[in-house]
Amino acid sequence: MSSPGFLLPNNRVLRYNFRERMVHWSAAVSYIYLLLTGLAFWSPWLFWIAVVLGGGTVSRVLHPWIGLVFTFAVLLMYGLWAEQMHEANGDKAWWQAMRYYISNEDEKVPAAGRFNGGQKFLFWSFFWCGIVLLLTGIVLWYPQQFPEAVRLVSILLHPAAALLTIGLFMLHVYMGTAYERGAFGSVIRGDVSREFAMRHHRTWFEDIVREASGKR
Amino acid sequence: MSQATLRIQKISGHAGPVPGEGMYRDVKEKQVCKLVDTTTCIGCKACEIACQEWNDLPFASTTFDNTYQTMPDTTWNFWNLIRFKEHVRDDGTMMWLMRKDQCMHCADPGCLEACPADGAIVQYANGIVDFQSDRCIGCGYCITGCPFNIPKFHPATHKVHKCTLCADRVTEGLEPACIKACPTGCLHFGTKDDMLDLAGRRAKQLRDNYKESKGTFGFANAGVYDPPGVGGTGVIYVLHDATNPEFLNGLPKDPHVPWTVKLWKHPLKWLGNVAMIGGAIGLFTHYLRYGPKLEHKNGNGAPASGGPGGAQR
Repeated sequence: MSSPGFLLPNNRVLRYNFRERMVHWSAAVSYIYLLLTGLAFWSPWLFWIAVVLGGGTVSRVLHPWIGLVFTFAVLLMYGLWAEQMHEANGDKAWWQAMRYYISNEDEKVPAAGRFNGGQKFLFWSFFWCGIVLLLTGIVLWYPQQFPEAVRLVSILLHPAAALLTIGLFMLHVYMGTAYERGAFGSVIRGDVSREFAMRHHRTWFEDIVREASGKR
Repeated sequence: MSQATLRIQKISGHAGPVPGEGMYRDVKEKQVCKLVDTTTCIGCKACEIACQEWNDLPFASTTFDNTYQTMPDTTWNFWNLIRFKEHVRDDGTMMWLMRKDQCMHCADPGCLEACPADGAIVQYANGIVDFQSDRCIGCGYCITGCPFNIPKFHPATHKVHKCTLCADRVTEGLEPACIKACPTGCLHFGTKDDMLDLAGRRAKQLRDNYKESKGTFGFANAGVYDPPGVGGTGVIYVLHDATNPEFLNGLPKDPHVPWTVKLWKHPLKWLGNVAMIGGAIGLFTHYLRYGPKLEHKNGNGAPASGGPGGAQR
């Protein structure tokens, strides 16, 4: 199964199956909790978020546990998508043409598979930042169990990695909701229009069409 | 002195200026200070007990490790520990070294710097650094921020505790309980200026003794420990050998707020905030400039119903 997805009635294409959507939203919801409580610990000006979410102590207690939930979701996501996220032939060309993608000149953007170069970058960045956040997070969870040098590194790397994910997250949310119309529906209901599939993931879409006609 | 603990000069995790800042006329509060003369401590541990008593700390079990030390380290309910070291000198004579270990009440406290909880760590106008347990969220960042390894977790509540320099006593014009209990006069309490003066004279006396006795007694390198890396401390020591505080007395030679904590709290925070706000503005600007990629190029972005026109073109 190189690229899951199949044609649906009414000119729709299934892009994310139920399992993928569930894993995505497990990661998303836990990440948003981690983001909010993390921001509360990041800046005194945002500490009120922790108060709203049950108090600083509650946030401190839950943040690491929700971090484990997030880790689990990311691992499931790795199982689902890692294979499809490996660099493919078209990715380099996609990166080179990214400026056209940004300026909405999509006809000049080379054909992408199920995931384009940017999506792969997002996936791997989130994955590796997640690993760093997990390892440093365990240290911050039980600081008294770790030597000073390890704590000092963790206290710096944890927010640094978190900031990187915040950048990715903002980009991801912007593109998934406001910018790339149809994308949000794909991760809620699972489907996109054929036009969307054709425009943004042509190689993937053509595979699906070929498969569908082959079966017929 | 008694008003000093009603005023705060530094506060952790607080948005905006220190509460009450600017309310007072330019009255510079005197910094209080504890002086520990390690050369006259006999290791009686009266200060340990006085601390337990006054602060009403629950019993902390002692650990016998074949030395004269009560337990390996301070704990959440044992804030004042006499550290013991047996040192054999070159001439075969021995030194039994005692150092009273407790919170140093740094002028530039790493714990307060690292703490994210609003008002969980404060520094009073007299320089005492105090933890406010009801505001502590139990993150333990202070443990990492402290260059002296002082804050300790309560295992059940996960809140952090340490010496308060008996802020409650000092407010009432009393000296801290440990000072009160000391039988040899190795502990002194007063203003920072007075204590520095006293410590300086005592250190000089020790050096002079060494010179005059031609090395029979006294200490050639006796000196005062008031580390400038943390802005000076509210607990200062007279040490046998101030050139080597680590070896004889187990004190860090040049303590600082850890550089990773500084890097995290200043440049990274600044950079992160600029990046987050800049990123949000950037994305919004992009939207204004280029607008959305509509799902259907000629439609208004409504989901396809498969009707005529729509998706086919």
